[in-house]
Amino acid sequence: MLSFANKPSLIAYITCGDPDLATSRDVATACIDAGACVIELGVPFSDPVADGPVIQRATDRALRQGTSLKHVFELARDLRKQSDVGLIIFSYLNPVLRFGYQKFADACHENGLDGALITDLPVEEAQGYLQQMQKRRLSTIFLAAPTSTDQRLKRIAQASTGFVYAVARTGVTGARQQMSEEAKTLVSRIRRIAKLPVAVGFGISTGEQVAAVSSYADAAVVGSAIVQTIEQNPGKEASSVAKFIEQLSAVSRQYSAI
Amino acid sequence: MGKHRVIAETGAGQHGVATATVCALFGFECVVYMGTEDMRRQELNVFRMRLLGAEVRGVESGSRTLKDAINEAMRDWVTNVRTTHYMLGSVLGAHPYPIMVRDFHRVIGREARAQVLKAEGKLPSAIIACVGGGSNAIGIFHEFLKDRKVQLIGVEAGGRSGKLGDHAARFHGGSPGVLQGTFSYVLQDKNGQIATTHSVSAGLDYPSIGPEHAWLKDQGRAEYVSAGDVEALEATTMLARTEGIIPALESAHAVAEVIKRAPRMKKSDIVVVNVSGRGDKDIGIMRENLRVE
Repeated sequence: MLSFANKPSLIAYITCGDPDLATSRDVATACIDAGACVIELGVPFSDPVADGPVIQRATDRALRQGTSLKHVFELARDLRKQSDVGLIIFSYLNPVLRFGYQKFADACHENGLDGALITDLPVEEAQGYLQQMQKRRLSTIFLAAPTSTDQRLKRIAQASTGFVYAVARTGVTGARQQMSEEAKTLVSRIRRIAKLPVAVGFGISTGEQVAAVSSYADAAVVGSAIVQTIEQNPGKEASSVAKFIEQLSAVSRQYSAI
Repeated sequence: MGKHRVIAETGAGQHGVATATVCALFGFECVVYMGTEDMRRQELNVFRMRLLGAEVRGVESGSRTLKDAINEAMRDWVTNVRTTHYMLGSVLGAHPYPIMVRDFHRVIGREARAQVLKAEGKLPSAIIACVGGGSNAIGIFHEFLKDRKVQLIGVEAGGRSGKLGDHAARFHGGSPGVLQGTFSYVLQDKNGQIATTHSVSAGLDYPSIGPEHAWLKDQGRAEYVSAGDVEALEATTMLARTEGIIPALESAHAVAEVIKRAPRMKKSDIVVVNVSGRGDKDIGIMRENLRVE
């Protein structure tokens, strides 16, 4: 279920199959136990144009394991058995297109997913996808960028359900030292147009940043920082990610209290 | 547009050199992305770009060729879009790039049509061009689309074999998919992962094809065939020795198709072949692969 009641509301991204599916399951479980409200299950794709080096490397590792959409669905089913946390698929378009929109929506529904975000599917081309997803009452989340015009934000808001994903700054995924003011401006522009919750992602890796984002958005997405923690702690991925998220939440709460 | 920085990707290096030239003339900052495999095999063009003042950034991901260079250029573009214009080198990428690039290349067809009418007094029977992304081909085809009697033939890279990963013949092994913002025929596996490709020519070594070519193929207006590495190299030698023209290895694929087809044609038939690039940049590869006595 997509809910952002807990504060800070954290959305955790993992690349499924990095370094293998069993570890992804353990890491996702650790994220849930550490209080993440939504898990984004990343589908590895050969050409991740929206991703920086950290997720590119994770994608390579996952593809070497032969991870496909089918495995991601299996992982979702396992996670759904243990938790009612929000579960969404995060994918590039081609694997979904190849799978087929109807089959994809059916599989999302059957495996307990709440929805999906297709990075490189523009709202203008999303009709067939939206139809199938709506039939199964699945959330369709789209990305809004700081450079999106108001007219485009309206279309994005119209096509989005569950929440709108505001991209914190122009660029690809990956940690940045500072959060730009762009994110705050974008969230307020979206709020003027849409009643949906707004999550902010791209570049968030510290508790301080989570606190800053939580002061104006409904949730903060942490992706590359989790993936990097996995990369740097072979053999103890899940416990390291748990520790990282707990720390992130603790620092964020501390900042929010000030 | 108020942008002072230009980026581009390049496979064979021709588009990179063109971009670097324009940037030198107008005083723009210029960054060209190029797969490191392509930098190795198109060394001369790398030097030309650097001589013109461009920064050539090597791309190490994937098969280190054109597709990977486009990925990296797109990452740069979304990051620096406020100050940077992306000059995409083929009829690829998101709308309106395929249309823009086609319109810029239409000059080839306009010129060819005028010249053939002047020289021969009639339209050609066939036009043959190589197809990587497909900009030179769409450029020459477009002006003849309404002349239904003019056969339009695109030649893809057949590489070293028909096995997935060994060629770049999207119409002979590819299926509909989306890559880099374009819905077209794509070489991919059963899970929708983009396949690696191979061709002796860097400019044809790409797993998708301009969407207008997909449309022309589905309409039946154009026909698409392929020529392998060896055929292209042989065609290079023949064109050099009969016409005194050393073609780029990309264009040599089109020449190979002319050689195959010509014996079946009438003496009065006219074939226009688009020799889209010259072979200077490929002399190293030709030396490695051709025994010239």
